[in-house]
Amino acid sequence: MADTQTQNLTERVSKLRLQSLNAVESLSSERAELLTDFYQKKLGIMSVPVLRAMSFAWLLEHKRIAIYDGELIVGEKGDSPKAAPSFPELCCHTLEDLDILNTRSLTSFKVSPATRKAYQEKVIPFWQGKSIRDLLFAEMTPEWKDAYDAGIFTEFMEQRAPGHTVLDDKIYHHGMLDFQQKINASLAKLDYLDDPEAYDKQEELKAMYITAGALIRFAERYSALALELAHQESDPTRKSELEKIAEVCTHIPAHAPRNLQEALQYYWFVHLGVTTELNTWDSYCPGRLDQHLLPFYEKGLADGTLTRDTAKELLCCFWIKFNNQPAPPKVGVTAAESGTYTDFAQINVGGLRADGSDGVNEVSYLLLDVIEEMRLLQPSSSIQVSRKNPDRFIKRAAKIIRTGFGQPSIFNADLIAQELMRAGKTLVDARCGGSSGCVEVGAFGKENYNLTGYFNLPKVLELTLHNGYDPRTGKQLGPQTGEVAKFTDFDQLFNAFEKQMLYFVDIKVRGNQVIERLYANYMPAPFLSLLTDDCISSGKDYHNGGARYNTSYIQGVGIGSIADALAAIKTHVYEQQTFKMDDLLKMLDANFEGHERARQLLLNRTPKYGNDDDAADALMVRVFESYFNAVDGRRNTKGGEYHINMLPTTCHIYFGSVTGALPDGRFAGKPLSEGVSPVQGADQHGPTAVARSVAKMDQVRTGGTLLNQKFTPQVLDSEEGLNGLVQLVRGYFNLDGHHIQFNVVDAETLKAAQTNPEQYRSLIVRVAGYSDYFCDLSKQLQDEIITRTAYDGF
Amino acid sequence: MSETGMIFDIKKYAINDGPGIRTTVFFQGCPLACQWCHNPESQANKPVLMYRANRCVLCGACVEVCPQHAITLDGFSSTDRSLCNTCGVCAETCYNGARELSGYQVSVDEVMSEVLRDTPFYEGSGGGVTFSGGEPLLQHRFLLELLRACREHELPTVVDTSGFAAWEVLNSLREYIELFLFDLKIMDDERHIQYTGVSNRLILSNLRQLAEAGSAITVRIPLIPGINDDEENLRASGEFIRSLPNICGVELMGYHDLAAAKYEALGLEYQLKQVSAHGKDQLLRSVKIFEHLCLQVKIS
Repeated sequence: MADTQTQNLTERVSKLRLQSLNAVESLSSERAELLTDFYQKKLGIMSVPVLRAMSFAWLLEHKRIAIYDGELIVGEKGDSPKAAPSFPELCCHTLEDLDILNTRSLTSFKVSPATRKAYQEKVIPFWQGKSIRDLLFAEMTPEWKDAYDAGIFTEFMEQRAPGHTVLDDKIYHHGMLDFQQKINASLAKLDYLDDPEAYDKQEELKAMYITAGALIRFAERYSALALELAHQESDPTRKSELEKIAEVCTHIPAHAPRNLQEALQYYWFVHLGVTTELNTWDSYCPGRLDQHLLPFYEKGLADGTLTRDTAKELLCCFWIKFNNQPAPPKVGVTAAESGTYTDFAQINVGGLRADGSDGVNEVSYLLLDVIEEMRLLQPSSSIQVSRKNPDRFIKRAAKIIRTGFGQPSIFNADLIAQELMRAGKTLVDARCGGSSGCVEVGAFGKENYNLTGYFNLPKVLELTLHNGYDPRTGKQLGPQTGEVAKFTDFDQLFNAFEKQMLYFVDIKVRGNQVIERLYANYMPAPFLSLLTDDCISSGKDYHNGGARYNTSYIQGVGIGSIADALAAIKTHVYEQQTFKMDDLLKMLDANFEGHERARQLLLNRTPKYGNDDDAADALMVRVFESYFNAVDGRRNTKGGEYHINMLPTTCHIYFGSVTGALPDGRFAGKPLSEGVSPVQGADQHGPTAVARSVAKMDQVRTGGTLLNQKFTPQVLDSEEGLNGLVQLVRGYFNLDGHHIQFNVVDAETLKAAQTNPEQYRSLIVRVAGYSDYFCDLSKQLQDEIITRTAYDGF
Repeated sequence: MSETGMIFDIKKYAINDGPGIRTTVFFQGCPLACQWCHNPESQANKPVLMYRANRCVLCGACVEVCPQHAITLDGFSSTDRSLCNTCGVCAETCYNGARELSGYQVSVDEVMSEVLRDTPFYEGSGGGVTFSGGEPLLQHRFLLELLRACREHELPTVVDTSGFAAWEVLNSLREYIELFLFDLKIMDDERHIQYTGVSNRLILSNLRQLAEAGSAITVRIPLIPGINDDEENLRASGEFIRSLPNICGVELMGYHDLAAAKYEALGLEYQLKQVSAHGKDQLLRSVKIFEHLCLQVKIS
């Protein structure tokens, strides 16, 4: 399947690509050991930012470096491709964790005996009980812990640092030496007389200065290595390539890049820097790569140093670098929440330019070629579609989508600009922003926007139905909001639900506020800070309100499931009085055992969200509004606000596993609906009806929503099929939909892959805000994807 | 109270029933009985009962509610169709959808409120509403009201027809229809009667008159292996089409046997059981025949 797309690649790229695909994911103890050395040897009295900056410099100075045969873009985060470093200062793996990682059947990480030994003798003795994770759990209240254990919400920062952010165009105009100058200017302006924080700012700025120098030194190490290899190289072509690499690594990142190779290599060093400093969520992303690279591409074509093909080859080499970096291996909870190697780096293509004009250019199409031909999980890719972009652009992407690899996903650039402006960004910052990770939006290069955790909406309904009691954990988790059997109308029930929701949002936000301060105080990120406006001018860290904008998101999960559950109650308990509430509760507690006929009635004789049926969709809107009101506009500790978005990653599986039977007929433990998509299989009237249902949510007030659609390959076989897809996207976006993505693979193929995984290793499917190998997914998630409604034969 | 009619389905995101994204309204009832018909439930002028055994959980609810006592449970739920008066009570009680009544009465307003929902998708894609069936011309008063309502809402309309209706009917609807999808099955009248149950004379003359009157037409030919896919029939079809003005193109619709399950659900025998779909080469050979006649042709 992959061969047809990848046959155009150059020999060099094919080889590197295959190496990347065949490399086995492993856990590297290098970073953990170096960091332990640093903390053991260097610990003296110094400010926390400077300490972190010096540890960063230490890591970059001492980590092993290598340039692999044929590479044009150099540098790895681990000590070899697909070797994932660990971050014991944030969360320290136990030996048991290592053994699980080494042996589990899905998304395993090889742990060599040497790595295990290093952990046993060096890393664990030093870090055990002293990581941010340990501190974080110690600081949480019993209510928080109970709700967390019950699966009412999750916590993103318990083993990964906030990141969720994207670079803008600053590195293409400024070298690290320029950043150091800016830092000096900012230091010079500090007002020690009137600003009580002047000293803290001085330390933060000093820390940024140190990290900028560390990155320059890191590149110089690569430059020296390239020269050394060039001396040994007998092949004249490779020799000159190595000399070129040496030259590139001398010029950048100290200075602004002069050509395409320098631009890509500069970004890559920055990427390695950010993801070495901390294990930032969603790794790090270059943002609008097509717009950033266009000047270098045009200049190269004009002065004859570049052709479309050589540019493409460089980009392919760049792509492979992303694919070599698996997500940091987790600790504790094994594969329950999110089992994937994908680290959520996303390349944005298209959209708007700063002046509001059409952002699609020649490099956009070049990148789409690369995406199609490389066919790699990482980096993930998305197109940002504005009404100003041509249909040709969407259609080009649709041709990739129909090859069934789940990429690129499609975003509404015009709506994103509106979302960002509603959340307080300037017009230009909004236009230059976009989506990252799964679907969340931010002002690129200027915002700290964090996903802080998923929030299980149907679970809160389950608690409401039990007067605040959780049948699974056997605990009274929420307030007593009344015996629902005594309620006389639907509004009473809904009011009780709102009270429960508010109660748990309060708990979640309280936890978040503390966690934000933990990172601000103990884990500043001076390198990420120097890349994020306005940390340098404010003298504040990324984690401490230094960014121009600061958003904390809480992601609602299961809106489809709760809409259908409420529709079932409203219809059958209060309107048609098919059941008494007591009887319905008994059925739910029995997980419908002995009540199959009633369950079928709930499934098939109830308005369902996703069919453009206002009866059900209005309940979705009502829950959305309540959730919005419970979260939006609360203040975080960084001078910014809380907003919501509606995305699940794979959390709808985990949340489903802790949620009992629901009134829509869903059995206990089964997955919840994902994103803003309807309950799997509940949408019976095609994709336009789904789009209209979903668009009843006022998505402009979110920071991103996720809509999955599944098509069988036959639908997209023809020109009509492709145009239909393009126009479906246009129609949904005209209705202010935020995002839509397509899985193009038939259920038969998926079932066959489940039975014979060895024959379908290369089968890639869209999971949530990212693609993954189908055979790497848990059985539950595989089943869930199979049951998402597929459209065919219209 | 607006005009009412009987339909059996409204399908959204129809991308093969005319240009753009469309909503297709399927009319109940057809004067033809083509052996390959892929909507056999639409042939009768009244609702019909469909039973899909694979959805049946053998709960027996239908047996209890049937006023005619026409249902027995014996490994599957079996209906004595001679007793059944399609009252639909069994379908109502069958939550799993094993029993369904196809065909229901709707008003023009009801249809319009449904088709108008997808307006955002018609605009931009150049789509609109398609009336299909069954045979929409069979309920021409209902159809006329729907077409007028579409005109009022500026929704472009397509009518998918067998062409088997009085010319006066076609002529009266013509001005409201942007595009006809006109089915052409078999040129030889005897064979046409044999396989569809009616003569093709009226159909051919309607097609000619419609074309000459200036209506835009796409001719659709279902390619049924062994029945109308011979070179002689295709060439004769092509030559006939070439002699007409205003033909937008020819669509060859490949045969598939996806409807076989529907025949089973209706308790009918599917007569084309032995027929298997064309390979790509055979389809391309058919395309060539039309291309030789300088006709714009595509496969759908």
